[in-house]
Amino acid sequence: MIYRQAGQFRTSYAADSRAIPFREDRVALALILIAAYFVIPFTASDYWLSVILVPWLALSLVATGQNILMGYAGQHSLGSAGFMAVGAFACYNLMLRIDGMPFLVALILSGVIAALVGVVFGLPSLRVRGIYLAVATLAAQFFIVWVIDKFGWFTNYDTSGIITTQRMEIFGYRFTTPAEQYLIVLGIVTALTWLADNMARGRTGRNWMAVRDMDVAAEVMGLSLLRTKLQAFAISSFYCGVGGALFAYAFLRSVEPTAFDIYLSFRVMFMAIIGGLATTIGPFLGAAFILLMPVFLNTTFQGLFGAAVDATIISALEQVIFGVAIILFMIFEPLGLARLLQIAQDRLRQWPFKY
Amino acid sequence: MNVTTAIQAATRAFAIGGPILELDSISLRFGGVKALTNISFNICEHEIRAIIGPNGAGKSSMINVINGIYTPQEGEVRFRGERLGAMTPQRAARMGISRTFQNIALFKRMSVLDNIMAGRTLQTRATFLDVAFRTPRSRREELESREKAEEIIEFLEIEDVRKTQVAKLPYGLQKRVELGRALAAEPKLLLLDEPMAGMNVEEKQDMCRFILDVNENYGTTIVLIEHDMGVVMDISDRVVVLDYGKKIGDGPPEEVKRNQEVIDAYLGVAH
Ligand SMILES: Nc1ncnc2c1ncn2[C@@H]1O[C@H](COP(=O)(O)OP(=O)(O)O)[C@@H](O)[C@H]1O
Ligand SMILES: [Mg+2]
Repeated sequence: MIYRQAGQFRTSYAADSRAIPFREDRVALALILIAAYFVIPFTASDYWLSVILVPWLALSLVATGQNILMGYAGQHSLGSAGFMAVGAFACYNLMLRIDGMPFLVALILSGVIAALVGVVFGLPSLRVRGIYLAVATLAAQFFIVWVIDKFGWFTNYDTSGIITTQRMEIFGYRFTTPAEQYLIVLGIVTALTWLADNMARGRTGRNWMAVRDMDVAAEVMGLSLLRTKLQAFAISSFYCGVGGALFAYAFLRSVEPTAFDIYLSFRVMFMAIIGGLATTIGPFLGAAFILLMPVFLNTTFQGLFGAAVDATIISALEQVIFGVAIILFMIFEPLGLARLLQIAQDRLRQWPFKY
Repeated sequence: MNVTTAIQAATRAFAIGGPILELDSISLRFGGVKALTNISFNICEHEIRAIIGPNGAGKSSMINVINGIYTPQEGEVRFRGERLGAMTPQRAARMGISRTFQNIALFKRMSVLDNIMAGRTLQTRATFLDVAFRTPRSRREELESREKAEEIIEFLEIEDVRKTQVAKLPYGLQKRVELGRALAAEPKLLLLDEPMAGMNVEEKQDMCRFILDVNENYGTTIVLIEHDMGVVMDISDRVVVLDYGKKIGDGPPEEVKRNQEVIDAYLGVAH
């Protein structure tokens, strides 16, 4: 048996508080990363790389942002697609209007701009919470998309209001093939996930969770609710912004503001919830579930009925099953896919004994 | 000062000093409800000061005034001689005032360890960027916090639940964790709102021991709200008695115990 916890004693506090406590899990993560960087780019088809994996990574990053705000800081928001739009269009305009603007710098700046916008739309969190806050953040969703749509400057006065993203170029190298674009997205997502995980497990994350779980006690400890909540909004929006820019540059490529509609915000929220709030892996699992489930249902139904049943009926049926799956999930495993994974790992770790 | 307190004072590591907190003619109203009426008393350095009184007497309100959750309509609070205008909970925390709540106010979905480490937020300086990039400052602070938290965990004898989510702990242990979180901030003044309410005798004894040890080992000044007269008489240096928002007694336990008004209002009724 290779999956063994016995004999792994943590002899220092640093060792006891590392991101992934068990050696086997660390090995597993290392293997996954090696496969992601060195195997998948050379073996996966272009379709898989650019239509499945790239949007999955980009939306996982957005869901990570949603998770920071909702899972760790306990602030419900339905504005993620709005902040994605800020990121995408900020990146476009930075690249367009500033000569020689490097893509990576533009990407980070668009995250910063999304963060600033996020702070503004996070202000209601100081007065309202829960479902009311979610409704208040809808303002961000609608207002941002409306502004970008309304003022031609943002789309460089394109007659149809659609932008075509510039090339992604880093240190003079142009990332053009699906594999190259996948790698650039993967690199950025890996780095930002590492940073998010560090924040979540450290002082920053404890402050967010303190505000989430008991704001009076957090205040009495000396925390500023204002600063902590707005910080969560800013960092969350940064992730949404960068994720939105990657979504636009590596996946959509021609982008209209209405691509970032309320439906996308809802999907991001489902990703965060179904994946498992306040976990690092949750957003990735949730995004995979939400993205792949329709694909899976579609192929299954096509295989089952083929041309015998009208396509619109199949599509409607898919929606229904998708909705029911989400509801069942919320009822039977409210802690999400991350929790299921953890249960499976615990079983494996203890096998063949049942403690 | 009578014989027993004299002996106590002589053997204490931190002898009781002058007043560090003074409350001067405090009145607090909620609409028509007079929660506190013209209350004055002081708290001396290193002492254990009890506040007693029947339910609704205004004890919790008193603590809420001290750490700035409520702002009294009249009167003033002086901490170390400094007059405090608009007190806020944050300001109180920065001045070294920590507290626990009558109804446990832990961070329910966090582990015991995280709750206690969270209590050190003012003792740490790392920004979110430090934490994200694991800068040396962030790592050093994190290790320091962990060591301090472990010290408290050991002191409170909760080693075996350090990684447990606090919501899953029994009530008595939760009360203990809340004390631990308050201690993590290394307070000068510790406000405890009914830390032993709802506990059985053994749990109460443990809690008494912890409170006395905190006072003894760190010299922390403690304000203690407690219903159990036996406990109060045993561990407090001086007692304030409130009734219907008014102060009806103030002094060492033996003296308060003999005060006729106190006996009528409190001892006779509640017990
Ligand atoms: N936030 C509040 N709003 C309205 N009334 C309050 C509030 N807090 C306390 N009171 C009132 O003040 C009085 C004293 O309450 P409290 O300080 O909780 O008493 P104790 O802790 O001694 O039981 C009670 O009549 C209570 O109803
Ligand atoms: Mg009370």
